[in-house]
Amino acid sequence: AALKQGLRSQVSAALKEGRVTPTELCQRCLALIRSTKFLNAYITVAEETALKQAEESEERYKRGQPLGILDGIPIAVKDNFNTTGIETTCASNMLKGYISPYNATVVQKLLDRGAVLLGKTNLDEFAMGSGSTDGVFGPVRNPWSYSKQYKEKCVPESHSENEESNWVITGGSSGGSAAAVSSFTCFAALGSDTGGSTRNPAAHCGVVGLKPTYGLISRHGLIPLVNSMDVPGILTRCVDDAAVLLGSLAGHDPKDSTTIQDDFKPFELPNLTDVSKLSIGIPKEYHAPGLSSEILTLWSKAADLFRNAGAKVVEVSLPHTRYSIVCYHVLCTAEVASNMARFDGLEYGHRSDMKDSTESMYAATRREGFNDVVRGRILSGNYFLLKQNYEKYFVKAQKVRRLIANDFVKVFRSGVDILLTPTTLSDAALYTEFIQEDNRTRSAQDDVLTQAANMAGLPAINVPTALSERGLPVGLQFIGRSFQEKQLLTVAKWFEKQVQFPVIQLEEVKRHDSGVFQHQKSASFS
Amino acid sequence: QKVSVEVLDQLEHLALVDFRDSEGVERLQKAIQFADQLQEVNTDGVEPMDSVLEDRWCLYLREDDVTEGNCTKELLDNAREKVEEYFVAPPGNIPLPTLEERETFLQGS
Repeated sequence: AALKQGLRSQVSAALKEGRVTPTELCQRCLALIRSTKFLNAYITVAEETALKQAEESEERYKRGQPLGILDGIPIAVKDNFNTTGIETTCASNMLKGYISPYNATVVQKLLDRGAVLLGKTNLDEFAMGSGSTDGVFGPVRNPWSYSKQYKEKCVPESHSENEESNWVITGGSSGGSAAAVSSFTCFAALGSDTGGSTRNPAAHCGVVGLKPTYGLISRHGLIPLVNSMDVPGILTRCVDDAAVLLGSLAGHDPKDSTTIQDDFKPFELPNLTDVSKLSIGIPKEYHAPGLSSEILTLWSKAADLFRNAGAKVVEVSLPHTRYSIVCYHVLCTAEVASNMARFDGLEYGHRSDMKDSTESMYAATRREGFNDVVRGRILSGNYFLLKQNYEKYFVKAQKVRRLIANDFVKVFRSGVDILLTPTTLSDAALYTEFIQEDNRTRSAQDDVLTQAANMAGLPAINVPTALSERGLPVGLQFIGRSFQEKQLLTVAKWFEKQVQFPVIQLEEVKRHDSGVFQHQKSASFS
Repeated sequence: QKVSVEVLDQLEHLALVDFRDSEGVERLQKAIQFADQLQEVNTDGVEPMDSVLEDRWCLYLREDDVTEGNCTKELLDNAREKVEEYFVAPPGNIPLPTLEERETFLQGS
């Protein structure tokens, strides 16, 4: 199916040659969104504006003047990015009905290149969570729950019971974006990544999830969680597509002073054939407590794959790994406490009817607008920032952060090019099981493998690797040197080619398969 | 050790969010316990890290040129209460009611 293929190999070419038009593509995606509504991946579907954008794109193709490779390509954006004229809610009551007057820089860049914005995707409230289960619009369902591969492995029970209670989570917090890409309703989606929020759902949904180096992509318009760690994330079905998106989004933005000033040159990924010059590091501390034996085996097999192909594979140590999650917990809640202070009901968002005083209005607004998770983090953050606690917690965490970042510097300095680790501890959990523990506990468990990369600001990518015994996706993570995305993605692409991750077999997608798309069994495209 | 009611009250004042119920307070207790693990790490002689880009970039000042603005209408559109070009707030300088007087779970703790 053209939808299953990479941007460059088929769809862009197909658009250029007129084998499919942008409006057809857009309509197919919108129809698929409608028939996969039960996934709850989208909060807002911008049908009218999307069709209009598709029509404009079609005009450009007719004149032989497409804006580039993204012209006419349907994409989705996580609902914590500001989008002009389209509701931006962050899955919170605090911003329900909020229509932003501006586009986030990354959104603007995509629109400027002709991309078709289908809608805003679901997430955990204010991107706080690792399941995409804690937003006010309800949880996102992992498309793989409805795949042939998963259903075949399910213990047969009464069918109606099966459907309703057997679905698994997408992971989070960019679960909606991951589900949207995984279920073929769009070609790429934007997520955000503060502790793993792009890579975690990418792993659970079997898609590529890229966290770029901190400072490479503008955060202007991304509603901030942790200013020193947030990055926009890229979710696609293959590594080449991620490189295309990266090329469109990276670069200095005068509106975001934390973006580096260096010129960014978009690149095409070479087809690596010789890995003998590569040195792959396997950090032993990532053999974390709770890591499933399945994933451990997969990780081992991957290391062997590199070794057998001639690469140097070495065990390395990142000694402060186990404090990473604690450090994150303190710094994250502290920055959240600060960032959430802007929500007072005065200028935008929800406002309480309370009129007695400014403070009581603020308190009531925030009481009504935020869920337990958000309130909990604000209160914890404020606790760590109290004068009597500041040195002991906040400054201490900042010192530990340096130690964590230094661990990586030392390893890369010793000659290692790329680190190979698992992305998650296990495959996706059943929703009914996941919600038995509270958000903070889950996040602490699930972020363990991903969040050190946010601490150190390093680029990292999840590559879907294989299906678990339950028929669900498992991914592996590559972590690269700062601003060395080209090398990181080149290695990821090589790995992707080796593992040949299967295409999801979804009934809904097959139903929309008609003359426009040809069926392809394999996910590899060359 | 447990966080005192005074501190909990102070937090509600500073954060302007409420604990809501015993779960909320328990959540904070657990968060503190979790964070206490940091004390195990030896950080003698280590400088706190503000930003991962500390080596690469100094926060720069740009020229004081007006490059955008004049969007009063768009900005006011999102506010619920306004009068002409003003955001309207309830009276300020009135502190949040004390523990005994306001509606909070902490009352009677």
